[in-house]
This record gives sequence, structure tokens and C-alpha cells, in this order.
Amino acid sequence: MSEATAADAPAGEPAAPAELMFGVPVTRSRGQVVLHPDRAAYPGLVRELRAAGYWVCVDLCGVDHLGNAADRGLPAGVDPQRFEVVVNLLNHREPGRIRLRVQVPEDDPVVESLVPVHPGIENHERETWDMFGIRFDGHPDPTRILLPEDWDGHPLRKDDPAGRIPVQFKAAPSAR
Amino acid sequence: MTTLDPAPTTTPAASPVVGPSAVELHVLEDAVTRLHDDGAVLRLGEAEAEERSGYQPPTEEGVGERMIMNMGPQHPSTHGVLRLVLELDGEQVTRSKPVIGYLHTGMEKTGEQLTYLQGPTNVTRMDYAAPLFNELVFSMATETLLGVEVPERAQWIRMLMCELNRLSSHMLFMATNGMDLGAVGMMIYGWREREELLRLLEMVTGLRMNHNYIRPGGVAADLPDGFAERLDAVLDTLPDRLEEFDTLMTGQPIWRDRLQGVGVITAEEALALGATGPILRSTGYAWDLRRDMPYLRYDDVDFDVVVGSYGDCFDRYAIRLAEIRESIRIVRQCMDKMPSGDYRLQDKKVTPPPRARIDESMEALIHHFKIFTEGFKVPEGEVYVAVESPRGELGCYLVSDGSSHPVRMHIRGPSFANLHTLPHLMKDSLIADTVAIISSVDPIMGDVDR
Repeated sequence: MSEATAADAPAGEPAAPAELMFGVPVTRSRGQVVLHPDRAAYPGLVRELRAAGYWVCVDLCGVDHLGNAADRGLPAGVDPQRFEVVVNLLNHREPGRIRLRVQVPEDDPVVESLVPVHPGIENHERETWDMFGIRFDGHPDPTRILLPEDWDGHPLRKDDPAGRIPVQFKAAPSAR
Repeated sequence: MTTLDPAPTTTPAASPVVGPSAVELHVLEDAVTRLHDDGAVLRLGEAEAEERSGYQPPTEEGVGERMIMNMGPQHPSTHGVLRLVLELDGEQVTRSKPVIGYLHTGMEKTGEQLTYLQGPTNVTRMDYAAPLFNELVFSMATETLLGVEVPERAQWIRMLMCELNRLSSHMLFMATNGMDLGAVGMMIYGWREREELLRLLEMVTGLRMNHNYIRPGGVAADLPDGFAERLDAVLDTLPDRLEEFDTLMTGQPIWRDRLQGVGVITAEEALALGATGPILRSTGYAWDLRRDMPYLRYDDVDFDVVVGSYGDCFDRYAIRLAEIRESIRIVRQCMDKMPSGDYRLQDKKVTPPPRARIDESMEALIHHFKIFTEGFKVPEGEVYVAVESPRGELGCYLVSDGSSHPVRMHIRGPSFANLHTLPHLMKDSLIADTVAIISSVDPIMGDVDR
């Protein structure tokens, strides 16, 4: 990918002491810039980034790392948690993207909502609540979006098994 | 409705173009505040909507009577299974809420069970009007994770096929947009053109839709013999047909009255709402990933980014019509500039060996078997890759743990994000215009619900 930051990015693993950008640890994944703010700093950082030109919040999604033993590419000082909220911001002035990965613990899956900053992200946050059970504090409509209101569970969690409808083989009614 | 200059134009006025440099931060922040204050989104649960359905007496605050009305999910103009809960003040829509999920099949969960090689078969079913773009973005994300570059010819074939797909997708829009607004003849014309384009896609991929043609490592097959001639024949007929569209719709006073000044959005509002594609460009804001963050070989072809000026339904229609013309230009350039060479990567760890090799080499047979049973392993990491689909930015976020299945496969569907503009576009519009507005957003519910 021709990301604007590809030139100064040693693709691959981050350096040992966490490098900082906008005051938070930064890594590069395949040349793409990834920031790792903590939960408290995250909405402020999004505002700061908007002032710096990253004014389109393109995407927000959750990730469940339950059972993921692989190296997650986190910088030193960032504790891996079960959930992650991943936000993609886009800079139109100097075309480039920046990604935020926020660690969200399993026992307290709450982050602050981005809706006051980026109203367009409302549905993405509803989807993340629906699919992962991550709550967004301050969200104007914290309801399910894709699944029915009375649905039990959050299907994109790793411990929510992919459903199969058991096939019941019954004897076909006999014509005789 | 405001009546604009009635002179027929085939392309929207290209000035004044608002580039990214012309938008100031405080304007954007004002737009965010305005969107919040407007309160165009109706936030009601099912039970509450049920309770409040029908006539509501005027409230103490002095607002007039309101009526909650349900529209869809089987309304013919809602493009599949979009449902809207509308709050009406007489004929006017005051607030609205799109209710989605009727087509949700858990494709992102399915994507975690499938190997990277099987992935395109899954994602191609999301935006079913533009399936090749889904395959493209998934394949590009996988290739970025793998750190491989596909051969040049494969990139040109991908570009060619995607532009053909953009043509067929916009033709579908022309058909449904016409149908929604009562130009029923247009439905047949749009479908006729689309069918001819789908036949071209079928000739290359074997399928009209859900092609599974673009795969990690390249494409599934080279262009067949005789393709260039058939393509030329179709491309030669299209400009005349587009002239007919102009006669039938663009210059027609009823058509213009029905669309001009309806569903207006400004550039700042579109940016704040994360809208992309024709919706953003209709406001005069020139942003197209193909030009601004080029992928494949879009650097090497010449095309214009078409923008509107009023951000209304007519501009969104006219932009798509103009984009058809631009795509024809790109397709022709692809055919001229396409080099010879491999149509897929020759890397036995990523792509299966050629059929002929399997007969003579045991090793090739083993690789073939392993790729199709176990898939290939992708180094750990995470990437986000985006392409410009006919509806806007289509993104794919992949997280790999080093195995042959992704830990997370997320598709950023442009229809899903664009759908959030609906309440804002519909605010204070007439109920009859909601149909024009839904149509102009061109949501594909497979992409919305995934």
C-alpha cells in the first residue's frame, strides 16, 4: 500500500522502548501507523487528531483476542486485553490513515463514545455493542442494530460459538 | 423544492470544487454541532415505537401533532429489506430511523471460520451489486499481510474488471432510481445495459454475480479469447444509450423537479457523518480514493473525479451517470495498456500450481492439495486496506495470528456508513421525497447488514 508513512516505517516489529506520536505509543503494522492510546486518553486523542487533519472517522470495529496466543504487535507498556476497539481515521489534506487500537478489558468492557466528535460513527458503535458487548459511554442510542432487541449474547465474541441449526432427520410422512 | 437552472447538463457543474484544503476545522466542528442539534435521528425502541404509533397529540412544548409510521422492510422502494421508522408532521418527515439487520447473516463470523483462500467467496456476497470490489479489498488486505505483490497484468485485469463492475453497479442504480421515481421505462433500460455488462463479467469469471474471481495472489483466470471484441462491442453501444438516458431523465423537467433541491447535504455534514463516494462528491467535495490514495494502477490511467455542486439527489444521480462515462474511459485505457504476463502470482505457498504441472509433478499435486485443504498461513499482524467502490470507501480490516484463518475479518461497508446520512437527508422533506432520497443513497442491504 502506498501509505504516506511507508517511507519512514521499518515494516514489522516495533522498537523496544515505545516510540511516541501525539503523546501515545505508536507502532507500524505493514507500514500503517497504529496508535495505542489507553481508554482514558482515547476520545481526547481523537479530537486532537481531528485538529491535526484526521477529520474523517472512517471505521470503528471491535476485535476479540480470546485465545489469540500470537504476537499482537503491541508496544512496550501497553497491556494486552481481551478486547480491542479499532478506529480508523483518514486525513484528507495529506492523504494518509492512522489507526487507533484501544485495549478494553473483559471485566469492564466500556469505552467512551466518539459520537460527540464524529456523529457518523453512531452505527458502528451500535454494531460493536451488538457484536462484542462493548459498551460506549455517552452513546445516544446504545441499542442493538443488526440483531433483534431480545437477542441473547454477542455473536462475534470468540466464546459465542458459530451457530448451527441442528438438522432433524425425521421420517418423511409416508404416502401409504 | 428549489428549482435550479433548467438547462440540461450531462455532467454536474464542476465548480466550485471544494477540495480538502478548502474545508476549515471550525466549519467541520460547526457541522458536528448542527447535526447534534438538529436531532434528525429518531431513537426509539421497538416497543416504544409500537406504543406511539399513529396520531400523537400536540405536546406542551407547542410542537404540532406527530405520527410515527413504519415504512418497509418489504416496501418496493426500500432496496431490499431496509425499514424506516418515520416521525411525521403531516406530510413532513421530522425525524427518522433506519432499522436494519433483516439481511444479517453473520458474514464476519463466517469469515473467521474460512481460510484466506475461501475468504473471497464469503465477502463477495456482501455488496452483491459490486461483488468484485469486495473480493478486491479482501485480497489486497491479505496480500498486504503476506507482503506479496501481484503481477502487473493481474493488477490491470483487476482494475478492468472492477471498472466493468462499477458500470454494472451504476446501471443498476440508474434502473432502480428511475423505477423509484416513476420512470418505469428506465428500469428496463438500466437492466438491459447491466445485463450486457454482466454477460461480459460472466464470460471472464463464469458467473454473473458472486464471482470469486479476484483472489489473494491475483485473479482466477486470464481474460478469455475474444473478450476484447465483445467488450468493444458493448462499450461502443454504451455512449448512445447514455444519450438516451439523458433524453429520458437528465433534461426532463419532471425528473429535475423531482430531484433538484431534495435531500440536500453539505460537504462538512457529509464528512462529519463519514459519508463517502457519490454522496460526498455530490457536495462538490472532490475525494476519490482512486485518485487521492491510488491503488492498483490508477496512477497510470487518465480519468476525472466528477463532483456535483448542490449536494442534492439530482447531483447524486448526475454524478453516477458521469462516472459511467469515466469508467468507460478507464476500461478502454486498461485494454490498451494491459501488459502480457502472469495473471496470478507464481508462489506455491499462496496460489495453486497451474493445472498442467499437477499431472507431471508430485510436489505440485501436494501443494495443490494443501492449499485447498489447509489454506496458506499468513504472518501475524493487522492491516486496513480500502478501495473506492461504487458506493464509497470499502475497507477491509484483517487481524492474523499466523494461521490460515483470520482472527478478525471486518468489512467497512460504504452502504452501512452512508445509511447514517438518511435521517439527516430526510429531515423536513416530504414523505414522497423519502423514496427519492433512499434511492439516491443507493444502499445495498447485503453490504449494510453483512
